Amino acid sequence: MIVSIASGKGGTGKTLVATSLALALAPQHKVQLLDCDVEEPNDHIFMKPVFEKKEAATIPVPVIDEQKCTHCGKCSEVCVYNALAVLKTMVMTFHELCHGCGACTYLCPEQAIREEPREIGTIEVGHAGGVEFVHGVLNVGEAMAPPVIRQVKQHINGKGISIIDASPGTSCPVVEAIKESDFCLLVTDPTPFGLHDLTLAAEVVRLLGIPCGVIINRSGENDTATEEYCRQESIPVLMKIPLDMEIAKLYSVGTPLVEGKPEWKERFVELMSSIEQAVK
Amino acid sequence: MKEVVILSGKGGTGKTSIVGCFASLAENKVLCDCDVDAADLHLLIQPRSKEEHEFRSGQTASIDAEKCTQCGLCQDMCRFDAINDYIVDSASCEGCGFCSHICPEEAIIMNENLAGHWFISNTKHGPMVHARLGIAEENSGKLVTTVRNQARQMAEEQGLELAITDGPPGIGCPVITSLSGATLALIVTEPTLSGMHDMERVIGVCGHFKVPVLVCVNKYDINEENTRQIESICDDLGIKVIAKIPFDNIVTEALIQGQSVIEYSDGEVSQKIRSMWETVLNVVAT
Repeated sequence: MIVSIASGKGGTGKTLVATSLALALAPQHKVQLLDCDVEEPNDHIFMKPVFEKKEAATIPVPVIDEQKCTHCGKCSEVCVYNALAVLKTMVMTFHELCHGCGACTYLCPEQAIREEPREIGTIEVGHAGGVEFVHGVLNVGEAMAPPVIRQVKQHINGKGISIIDASPGTSCPVVEAIKESDFCLLVTDPTPFGLHDLTLAAEVVRLLGIPCGVIINRSGENDTATEEYCRQESIPVLMKIPLDMEIAKLYSVGTPLVEGKPEWKERFVELMSSIEQAVK
Repeated sequence: MKEVVILSGKGGTGKTSIVGCFASLAENKVLCDCDVDAADLHLLIQPRSKEEHEFRSGQTASIDAEKCTQCGLCQDMCRFDAINDYIVDSASCEGCGFCSHICPEEAIIMNENLAGHWFISNTKHGPMVHARLGIAEENSGKLVTTVRNQARQMAEEQGLELAITDGPPGIGCPVITSLSGATLALIVTEPTLSGMHDMERVIGVCGHFKVPVLVCVNKYDINEENTRQIESICDDLGIKVIAKIPFDNIVTEALIQGQSVIEYSDGEVSQKIRSMWETVLNVVAT
């Protein structure tokens, strides 16, 4: 089963939930944690994994064989990303604009284009606390997160429970991370910003046809509006984590909630039971 | 025109709350919300929309079932796994058009996306340009560019000297397009290991695009040891930490009232933000 964790608004507690859920389930299940927030991955700070494998995250980009090229212009005509410009005597390639779709290579009438991998990030695989840990790290200065996310997700083994930590927002990196999940946990905080972005995130999961539930983090006296929204939309509130200085301090030093406060283990195990019920 | 962009790397460190304060403190400026896929600044400054424009960008493939012979070539060739059972999954389609070129039956056409909307609004603090990316859409970078260009144009027409830009979290495409060519980036971080890790990465992006950086530590008293660490990291990088703002629930209280904390109270948080704004102005002026 694949359970993803998303939020809309940043800083609501996705990392806290993802890491504690993974650690709480590890004694009973085969658990994978895949950090797909490749722009700002943080799960490793809490999991402190020992990495065993490292691979380059790449996209295939075109390389022109000037010997074969007739400068016919087909490649730049088919490239919607403007990653190739054909001049009279040469072809210029702009690899940072290339999405690696492969159209130019396949459609070149002279077969003058081959592809080579361009590194845009790194994938690391390791173990921590009985959990198989995978994350992707986008190189600083690179724009495109989705290919790195796709490469992280290739490590999903289909056994046991795979937990995916997504990035904030509602656009392509989030869709890439959460699609094909069996369930999505939406983590929010009970502020007007949190609620506004929760409504957007809920629209994304609905569009993708993924069942979801809400976790209210920093819960307290302002929960009413969020709860009212969830009731109207028939989205279950599966857990509340209180606004608590002690929890904030644990977070600040990179201690997972279930390690700093072991009484939370059981609550995360119960959370998983609710998810299993909902998926049935 | 000078442009100050507020970034953080990590989400939820307080970018928008601080931009909301700057909005009430700054004069002669245009406000710009570049967090186009989870825009929140409007919740603080209640803009009245003056103009609404469609943002058309990118394409999505669609297969004509009548012409399709189910040969499967498009499915085999699509690098984005966007075609399954001869149906295009629009959330996965990157609009490259490869399938439409190779379909032997010419059964695939590319449709232009309505990828979002952008707005020019009036607010109690002056003009604002903002946008809403369609749910699960791509091309947030292009929409950010549109928003910034509009803000720049408006500043020129109205003789405004400054743009204050609320940036998105992360370090990818929309961050790069929010940042490139800006006068100054103010990075709002928090004293957590995650906040520090993400701050260092976004400082790296600013360096890559040669934009000068100032840092503000929000909720600095949640972990003062980490705050000292942030100061030391910044010191090593030659970056100034210009404010340390204490944690205070009053920021959330103000937000629930639809106000920036500056409008809501004159406590320590407000004073710290006021003096931070003075510093930003001085740096921008030099």
